[in-house]
Amino acid sequence: MSANHSPQIASQRFAWIATIVASTLVFIFLMAPILAIVPLSFSSSTYLTYPLPGLSLRWYEDFLGSARWMNALKNSVIIGVASSMLSMALGTLASLGLAQWKSKWKPLVLAIVLSPMVVPVVITAVGVYFFFAPLGLTGNYLGLILVHTALATPFVVITVSATLQSFDMTLAKAAASLGAPPLLTFRKVILPLILPGLASGALFAFATSFDEVVTVLFLAGPEQRTLPREMFSGIRENISPTITAVAVVLTVISVCMLSTLEILRRRNERLKGNAE
Amino acid sequence: MTAAFVAGADVPLKRRLKRAERARQFRALGLVLPLLAFLLFTFVVPLAGMIWKSADDWEVPQVMPQTVAALEHWNGQGLPDEAAFAALAADMRTAREAGTLAVAAKRLNYIVNGYRTTLLSTARKLKEQPAPGTAKETLIGLSPAWGERESWTAIKSASGPVTSYYLLAAVDLTRNTDGAIVAAPPDQAIYRDVFIRTFTIGFGVTALCLILGFPVAYLLANLPTGRSNLLMIFVLLPFWTSLLVRTCAWIVILQSEGIVNGSLQWLGVIDEPMRLIYNRFGVYMAMTHVLLPFMILPLYSVMRGISPAYMRAAASLGAPPATAFMRIYLPQTIPGIGAGCLLVFILAIGYYITPALVGGAADQMISSFIAFYTTETVNWGLASALGAVLLLSTLVLAVVYGKLALGRQTTGGLKN
Repeated sequence: MSANHSPQIASQRFAWIATIVASTLVFIFLMAPILAIVPLSFSSSTYLTYPLPGLSLRWYEDFLGSARWMNALKNSVIIGVASSMLSMALGTLASLGLAQWKSKWKPLVLAIVLSPMVVPVVITAVGVYFFFAPLGLTGNYLGLILVHTALATPFVVITVSATLQSFDMTLAKAAASLGAPPLLTFRKVILPLILPGLASGALFAFATSFDEVVTVLFLAGPEQRTLPREMFSGIRENISPTITAVAVVLTVISVCMLSTLEILRRRNERLKGNAE
Repeated sequence: MTAAFVAGADVPLKRRLKRAERARQFRALGLVLPLLAFLLFTFVVPLAGMIWKSADDWEVPQVMPQTVAALEHWNGQGLPDEAAFAALAADMRTAREAGTLAVAAKRLNYIVNGYRTTLLSTARKLKEQPAPGTAKETLIGLSPAWGERESWTAIKSASGPVTSYYLLAAVDLTRNTDGAIVAAPPDQAIYRDVFIRTFTIGFGVTALCLILGFPVAYLLANLPTGRSNLLMIFVLLPFWTSLLVRTCAWIVILQSEGIVNGSLQWLGVIDEPMRLIYNRFGVYMAMTHVLLPFMILPLYSVMRGISPAYMRAAASLGAPPATAFMRIYLPQTIPGIGAGCLLVFILAIGYYITPALVGGAADQMISSFIAFYTTETVNWGLASALGAVLLLSTLVLAVVYGKLALGRQTTGGLKN
């Protein structure tokens, strides 16, 4: 029996070790770009190569002192905040409605609501460009905010719907049976409990807008260029070390958003654990 | 007796409940409506407009209405009558004054190369409306092209209101002067190759993602939760890092004076830098990196749900590990493989930014042609037609994906 088993165990162990080795290589591949670019941003040289001749913060100074990059940062924040707020409002309302709505049309409505996530962005950008140009919605913030909202809302709907699914609706019924009007029930009972889910949705929406460049390429005028848009032209022309500094700043922002999401997820799971 | 009593009291309550339920449904719909209206304005109508643009033939009817009307009853044989020539002369003069002639000239130039020059130069030379009965003579005198049937069939075929020209061009077809669908001339027949290239890159990236993603998903799914959550950071951090940052980093790593070439030269492994970017290799590298998390995450979620009991059962029945893996484990991961592959493929064929930045001229995918015709040459009809073909391919795949994602919950992958 054991003689029959040991080669099996040996080959299983070999397969497991092979999996670990292969996965480690893939993890290195996944992390390589980030690991490569961070030290370069602190280089004192204009050449983007190793070994580093010395360390300096000059490229960060360059970034912070450049009117072009600061304007791009401002634009990214304005468009990101505005579109995530708008998509939160629309997406949360729709998720609340979709959770209760029963109809044969629901799959179709759901498909429409989620489609901006599936359709290639270049197609959305071209369609919106044709449609917005005669309406005067190109070359200003409003057009960009509207299209970023459309692109971000599916993520809000998915996140908030998932939160609502785990929300115990008897709590809302209990509040109603105690005489609370629907709005009060929402504000005092539902909202505090789904808040982590809403925050995750808002983060997803902000991240979508903050990283979006295709629609900006089509719709933005020179005054509305966002960080990714400036990076796009920077990469096209010639990668300066300043771009690596911007890249590191953006990566730090991503890490912050990811950690916040993780904290929210854990909190949500704890809440769910308490409810059960 | 009791039953009858209960049933009698039941009716108004039932109706009341029904009414309350209807009000609730109405309120629920009311909550969804703002988003639907918003998406209608910012997404659905623009996309429908784009599709319409791929068939809309407005230029010639709008700029040359008299000619279009005069040609309405022309059978396409020989040359049209004197009235058509007179109408063309009148249209040319009006349009030239209004500055709209170039729009029609551009449209007609798609059909016959050189039409633009013919039309614009004739209009320039045409000082006044020819005397009645002399229009034909005058126009042919100004440009012999007006004596050719081809020039007139071009106007007729572009006289709207809809045209199949752009959609046919998007798949390398065209109509000849008799209106039959034939292959487009070789210098215009490039889009089939572009679509094939787009799908080839899509397949390649999908295959690479599957090969690289499978062991990672397997590892993460079979580790204890704490450790797999920790390792998940390596997947999620790149996933959350800006696309531009990652693309930029790949250029820094792979360019000829970049990290890989620099290190290899420093170590003396190579003398000349290798060409690793602005070619197909760079596109595969960067796109696989960007899309890999989209493969790992669905695979992981499916693998996480596979009970280890099946594998133990197979082993206890004497199956060698490789057989047990192939016949018991792998079939259960197929929903995850299907979902991951479709997702990666759908995203890959629509990619624009990464190939535009790390690919060479021969690696540009369909999206970059759509962007090119929209912003550079302003051939919106062709941009829309190419967009419509890409949109159709994507939507078909998305529907398959939706079916697959739903099927996963019911069969658990064990069926078949």
